[in-house]
Amino acid sequence: MNRKRVVVTGMGIVASNATGLEDFQNAIKEGKSGIRFLPELQKLNFGCQIGGVPDISNSKYEDILEKYHFENAGQNVKYSCLAAAEAWLDAGLTIPDPINSETDYETGVIIGSGVGNIDVFTDKIFPLVSQGSVRKLRSHTAEFTMFSAASANIALILGCGNHISANSSTCSTGAESIILGVERIRNGLAKRMIVGSSEIASPYVWGAFDSMRVLCRDYNDTPEKASRPMSASAAGFVPSAGAGVLILEDMDSALERKARIYAEISGVALNSGGQRKDGTMQAPGTEGVRRCLRQSIEDAGINTEQIDYICGHLSSTMADVLEINNWAAVLNRYGNDFPYINSLKSITGHALGASGTIETIAAIIQMYYGFLFPSLNCEDVHNKITDLINPDKIVRNTIYTKNINFVAKASFGFGDINASLILKKI
Amino acid sequence: MFEKILKIIEKYSFNKDLVKNAKPESKIIADLNINSTRIVDIILDVEEEFNIEVEDTMLEKLITVGDLQKYVESKIS
Repeated sequence: MNRKRVVVTGMGIVASNATGLEDFQNAIKEGKSGIRFLPELQKLNFGCQIGGVPDISNSKYEDILEKYHFENAGQNVKYSCLAAAEAWLDAGLTIPDPINSETDYETGVIIGSGVGNIDVFTDKIFPLVSQGSVRKLRSHTAEFTMFSAASANIALILGCGNHISANSSTCSTGAESIILGVERIRNGLAKRMIVGSSEIASPYVWGAFDSMRVLCRDYNDTPEKASRPMSASAAGFVPSAGAGVLILEDMDSALERKARIYAEISGVALNSGGQRKDGTMQAPGTEGVRRCLRQSIEDAGINTEQIDYICGHLSSTMADVLEINNWAAVLNRYGNDFPYINSLKSITGHALGASGTIETIAAIIQMYYGFLFPSLNCEDVHNKITDLINPDKIVRNTIYTKNINFVAKASFGFGDINASLILKKI
Repeated sequence: MFEKILKIIEKYSFNKDLVKNAKPESKIIADLNINSTRIVDIILDVEEEFNIEVEDTMLEKLITVGDLQKYVESKIS
């Protein structure tokens, strides 16, 4: 059986610098930072006292939270459901009436996360159970703490009856969720997949990284300067939160209903370096990364010269140099021949499990609307990067161009896990 | 009292009309289409609203809106 082609017909976003597609597009175009000083982290003696926390108070889809009684849900469910509602409507589909509607067996939901719903544990379950008030937990606690809470609640709103699940692979979670959806549609097992990922803002999540000293602690007084991917002065990543959701659809189905097609997901690959050689629990190994990038390009059936732009994982750590090195080697393109590249984390911070989908949405927006956003704070490009590529290939001021036809988007996560996507303009 | 109880039940309903038109003999789960797990929330809300404590053994006995109303009245009298 020939595999089905998979396209993106809808997107929804909750990010640290904007909530909603339109505001997000404007924010990234302007390089509007979502990173700010967080007094709570200072009070808790964090080295890194900054982060990116989304503001969902003005979301156009807030009535969904009220209608489905999500006021007691954690950030994961709230962010995901807001993004999913936006994506579903953006795809030209309608949200069914909860009473008088049938199950949609053609649509599945896979929303992943790095840590899930632990804010419900820390803020509610631990205090109530510890003080002997377990009966006050209420009935929704289970449905808001199960790891698949976001997927199950989106399925509740939309009546989805295909594969309903949640994935987790640390910082590659978002890209992985897209790949799982692509594979299901390619194999003819679903017509439509709602895929995405979300991550909460919490000192109980960020504390682990602060204690490892991998968070930036040198820019607490100038938060917008803190996330500095590809710069010589990069000093660790800046934690953030949010969610990105995409509607993936069988291309035939999208064409049949005359849906707007943002892009095709034409190549995908997932692997792990196995934590061998230079790969460790924390660091992606060179061999595994290169295999993964190469496989996604082969899966798309294109030549390495056809990649016009890379939406980097680039998190403002020492690994940025390795990432550029791996891309240059896999593409065999150096100097002025290297594609354009930027890092959304310079603007939003690192939303961990949510970053892969938020960045893929940013990549698609750029390709579809014809611009490349500025990568902030890399006025002092690392010399090991300038040894490999022309620094002008790093987008530092907004570029307007319609000549972006193929985009590469990769994510790398703890566990030596890699995920790579090739996005094609339609 | 009846109206206050209905207002609590309505919070957990997708079909608000069913709840608005409820009678004392209406069964909370079967007639008002309330998800059965929400009974514990309705009880907790009733406890907070009327400043009473509902014994856990009562959960299975409070079937109709009227059952709940009579029980609350007996506790606060």
